[in-house]
Amino acid sequence: MNIIIVGCGKVGQNLAEQLNEEGNNITVIDQDAGILKEVCGRYDLMGVMGNGATHSVQVEAGINDADLLIAVTGSDELNLLCCLIAKKAGHCQTIARVQDPVYNIEAPYLKGELGLAMVVNPELAAAEEIARILRFPSAIKIDTFAKGRVELLKFKLPEKSRLVGMSVKEVVTKLHCDVLVCTVERDDGAYIAKGDFVFAEKDIISIIATPKNANDFFKAIDCKTHSVKNVMVIGGNKMTEYLCEILQKHPIDIKVIEKDRNVCNHLSDIWGDVSVINGDASDKGTLLEEGLDSAGAFLALTSSDEENILLSLFAKSEFSGKLVTKIEKTYYDDVVKHLDFDSIIYPKNIASEMIIRYARAMKNTMGSNVETMYSVIKGKVEASEFIVGENSPINNIPLSQLKFKENILVAAIIRDGKAIIPRGYDVIKSGDAVVIVSEAIALRDITDVLK
Amino acid sequence: MNYRMIKNVIGWILLFEAGFFLIPMVTALVYAEKEIFSFGLSALICMAAASILIFVAKPKSKTLYSREGFVIVSLSWIFLSLFGALPFVFSNTIPNYVDALFETVSGFSTTGASILPAVEHLPRSILMWRSFTHWVGGMGVLVFIMAFLPLGGGGNMHIMKAESTGASVSKLVPRIKTTALILYTIYLSLTLLQFILLLCGGMSVFESINTAFATAGTGGFGIKNDSMNSYSSYLQIVTAVFMLLFSINFSSYYLAIRGRFKNAFNAEVRGFIVIVVTAVALITLNIRGMFDSLFESFKHSLFTVASIISTSGFSTVDFDLWPELSKTVIVLIMFIGACAGSTGGGIKVSRMIILVKGAFKELSQMLHPKQVKKVTMDKRPVEHEVVRSVNAYIVCFVLIFVVSLVLISFDNKGLVTNFTAVTSMLNNIGPGLSEVGPTQNYASFSVFSKIVLIFDMLAGRLELFPMLLLFKPGTWKK
Repeated sequence: MNIIIVGCGKVGQNLAEQLNEEGNNITVIDQDAGILKEVCGRYDLMGVMGNGATHSVQVEAGINDADLLIAVTGSDELNLLCCLIAKKAGHCQTIARVQDPVYNIEAPYLKGELGLAMVVNPELAAAEEIARILRFPSAIKIDTFAKGRVELLKFKLPEKSRLVGMSVKEVVTKLHCDVLVCTVERDDGAYIAKGDFVFAEKDIISIIATPKNANDFFKAIDCKTHSVKNVMVIGGNKMTEYLCEILQKHPIDIKVIEKDRNVCNHLSDIWGDVSVINGDASDKGTLLEEGLDSAGAFLALTSSDEENILLSLFAKSEFSGKLVTKIEKTYYDDVVKHLDFDSIIYPKNIASEMIIRYARAMKNTMGSNVETMYSVIKGKVEASEFIVGENSPINNIPLSQLKFKENILVAAIIRDGKAIIPRGYDVIKSGDAVVIVSEAIALRDITDVLK
Repeated sequence: MNYRMIKNVIGWILLFEAGFFLIPMVTALVYAEKEIFSFGLSALICMAAASILIFVAKPKSKTLYSREGFVIVSLSWIFLSLFGALPFVFSNTIPNYVDALFETVSGFSTTGASILPAVEHLPRSILMWRSFTHWVGGMGVLVFIMAFLPLGGGGNMHIMKAESTGASVSKLVPRIKTTALILYTIYLSLTLLQFILLLCGGMSVFESINTAFATAGTGGFGIKNDSMNSYSSYLQIVTAVFMLLFSINFSSYYLAIRGRFKNAFNAEVRGFIVIVVTAVALITLNIRGMFDSLFESFKHSLFTVASIISTSGFSTVDFDLWPELSKTVIVLIMFIGACAGSTGGGIKVSRMIILVKGAFKELSQMLHPKQVKKVTMDKRPVEHEVVRSVNAYIVCFVLIFVVSLVLISFDNKGLVTNFTAVTSMLNNIGPGLSEVGPTQNYASFSVFSKIVLIFDMLAGRLELFPMLLLFKPGTWKK
């Protein structure tokens, strides 16, 4: 597939790397010759310098043969313009990153009337993810499949949990919980958990279950299952706005601390119920005065990664609640991993995951489509949801008789709105949504799981 | 420095070279020549060396950075030449190894300068190997390998940059492999076209193949003692036109095929045409008294200008006997050379354009010290980095030129000989003037001078920097 990416920022580079690895021909457009040179030296792709929202530059980048144009520059307006021009100039599908809440309301219009295939809003997606975690603070990360009917939860095994010393097989027999253990991350690596795997303290485990079963499971292993009651948010930006909007529907009190008075005014204008504090969060006094020690969750969402990390370190020493840290620069990944934070939100990764999911689905010509895709362990394990077509070769055969590739896990089957955690005797039928967890394989079609 | 990966790539190069030997072997088979054994033995040695390099101590990582790219390219070319010289020695056509190496480097670097006084008596397989080295060297061995072999990693672009000609290298399509394939397809198609046109003109199959190979690489090894002199006007003009075609940036052909004529006909191509037309006109007028008709003088002028500016080095006539103005024009266009991204050598038209525009920019800056101005080409600003690298290129060029000139002066030949010899080597042309004129050869230089000239040829083909970096201690640090 020929893909043009406009904007060589963090998301653009991330997309270029992954889509290139998946065998697409990538052309990137950026105004900065330095970044282009660097990216072209690192990955096998072509760079075109210039404004991506001009017809001539798009022609130079090969818009006539392109299948997909992804506009991920820092400016919403530029992204939309790129897509509009691409739509007229070529015959490609277009994806725009649009972050401003003002445009977000217009997203259906943009898709419907302007012909955009997808409007990606990483700030909104990140806010949604934070909201899910706040409602279930024992989890580090929660992704949903089939409109929330099935959840993929990642959590750290607490010390002295009943699960320590138990094997994966015993989860069903001893705890009587209908959940499926997917992956385990330990110091020595990350992998899909086999039946005889034995849990240990501090393992990071991901499970797939319906929300109710997940709740039962966490009760059984002595984890907190109640929602956070009050949160302290540092930094008032787009993500905070989206978060306020989502959390308003839940009984969660929000307190936003923001340095900039104008931003504070803006926030309190739109969200009257939210208590907005105009103060400097890097000042210990302000945080304690506003009740950090009694807060249920502390969200470091400022625009500076470094500040977020430092704030989280401080909060970790002062209170025992849920800690959520936003990180933009993905290469901080390795450093942050050792700091033992609860949940880390990478908006950039969320954006690229959403786009890659779409690109894969586009490539797909068979009857089944990738509906959703999450990376469970970055760069290693993915969970994808497919809708099974009528003539799929896996239909109506018990799972135990199908010859799957190594490191493939059929994690859930959703039929008629009900989720089944599959066992060997279950069968997949046409029209089912199936969640597959795979290690080191990029699945494009449900048949890719077979040997 | 990823030494293992470098070693590995050089191994692959030698394996491909063993494959290259198949072409002269087939020739030897067709004409029942005993040289088939010389080539067979060379191929076996190549394969043995290749298997050691590839399979002993495999690379841990495939990552290549800029400096590995440069080192891989220069070392590959050196090894390619070292092993490519073997058949000449084994077949006893050139018993002296340094002479054989000179001939091979001259072939791969598409210089076309020979140490052989006569070539007609040589076995046909040896002639074929000489011509084929031009064809492979013209487009680049590593580009060839990249078209067929996944070298892996993202470092391939560094290799391509180091091997391709011109101030700035860009891809035609996103994938480097596809880019290399497109380049070779254009290259092969043009070579085939010339082959067919030569056949139509009554040339024999063997001669047509050799001439097409030598023209395509803008090399200039002849298969006749008098180069192209004894051929018909038609064959000479076909060769002249193809020499010019092979001196034009190959991406221009790609853009033209894709219908982007405006981009194809860029400033460099226009500049190239202006230079060729001017030079041909000047020389035609200057030598019109020496030939019977104006057409004759035009033909010889066109052929010589095409041969020199494309840095091929074929000749239809001994231009050493021409008037001074013509000889001066010839020496000047030796330095200009072909377009970037072609198979030709020289400083390149695009570099000349950037240099001249840069000089004018500096002049205008003297009048208006606070003026902000950038050099532009095709209405696009040329990045400062490119201008800087072009300036550095010229400085290196002059440095290598001066040092080489001094070093070969120990042989006590005339200044014109020495000057044009170095010019000719560094720009990959072949013939110079006086003692290295079109009817002469390089055999009379001392072994030391030949080694200096071998370095010049490789440096010229790889555009100086890769060869110079080999001498910088920092390149080899872990």
